[in-house]
Amino acid sequence: MSGENIFTGMVEEHDGDERWAFGTGFTEALAGVDTALPEGVDGGELAQYCQMLGDDALVQAQRLSQWVTDAPELEEEVALANIALDLIGQARLLLARAGQADGTGRDEDAFAYRREAAQFRNVRLAAAPRGDFARAIVTLLALSSWRLALMSRLSRSRDPVLAAIAAKAVNELTYHREYAVSWALRLGDGTEYSRERTAAAVAQVWPDTGELFATHPVEARLAELGVGVDPGPLRAEVHDVLVQVLTAATLDAPAAFPESVLAGRSGDHGPELAPLLQEMQEVARAHPEATW
Amino acid sequence: MSADDKPGPVRPEWPLYEVFVRGKRGLNHVHVGSLHAPDEQMALHNARNLYTRRNEGVSIWVVRAEDITASSPDEKDPFFEPSGDKVYRHPTFYPVPEDVPHI
Repeated sequence: MSGENIFTGMVEEHDGDERWAFGTGFTEALAGVDTALPEGVDGGELAQYCQMLGDDALVQAQRLSQWVTDAPELEEEVALANIALDLIGQARLLLARAGQADGTGRDEDAFAYRREAAQFRNVRLAAAPRGDFARAIVTLLALSSWRLALMSRLSRSRDPVLAAIAAKAVNELTYHREYAVSWALRLGDGTEYSRERTAAAVAQVWPDTGELFATHPVEARLAELGVGVDPGPLRAEVHDVLVQVLTAATLDAPAAFPESVLAGRSGDHGPELAPLLQEMQEVARAHPEATW
Repeated sequence: MSADDKPGPVRPEWPLYEVFVRGKRGLNHVHVGSLHAPDEQMALHNARNLYTRRNEGVSIWVVRAEDITASSPDEKDPFFEPSGDKVYRHPTFYPVPEDVPHI
């Protein structure tokens, strides 16, 4: 490698875009994708569906961001923040699609900052309390395993926009799950103390897992049309994954997920969501239209 | 967060790893920095998160810093100076054909 800067060799062709010192050659997930609504799909319902999947990612990202400045090690802080940023990326695309689909043309910021807690459609687990590092890892393990199963199927959606977003998400989620698995193994099969705290985390997270497989009527109708994914049938697959990981981590996996009951998906949230959103929305609401 | 309340055992500091990244068009792995990690696999994870998050690399090496044998700064002169005046050791006295890359 020649040149004075060690990053010279890391630079891709960037067509005169000089913003990037190194690490160029980015691709747009939605480049060249047809944004017209697929035939036979109600725009309002598609928008609701995009909000469900977008809010899952946005709220989980906000919760994960609370580890910044507070993780056990700097390296883990960056890792969790990275995962949060991946999820924010997914949320932006999904919420922007919601604004296209419902015809209001609202952008992702309008959805993120201008809705109240009751208008959010995320599953409760995404907003569940931060807890300790073990709980963060078990939550991430459950959510990423579930979302990966869901997005793998959604990548074959009849809506080309959803398919493209899901295809991009699959790679990201595969890494999120790998990260969670590697920590679950080390914490569970670590010391007596780390094992105890990880087992406690499984017990804290498990009650909220049932909702992941509850099918909202909108999900059912869009799945029927080949546009969305019914999460119900993912139950066995995701349970297999968690059993495999927890067993390898010398932890007891509960025999099954709890019964599936819609909660956050219909706007029925726990007390954690409102303060979490208040924190996220505070600056945007205090300084509307601000740019930086 | 009740589990948070009691302090855990004191954790020993994680070992230091040096990170080498090969860029997309780079020919060699280049040292980009260092990090702490509990073991080799986690060091790779951390390196991916710390040093390739802006799309810089396609391959990563990590090595325990203590496994690197380094030359000593005190011996700089006897170690390196003797090569300073021997310009004839550079292969610049040959014509290089234009289609030979990476020189």
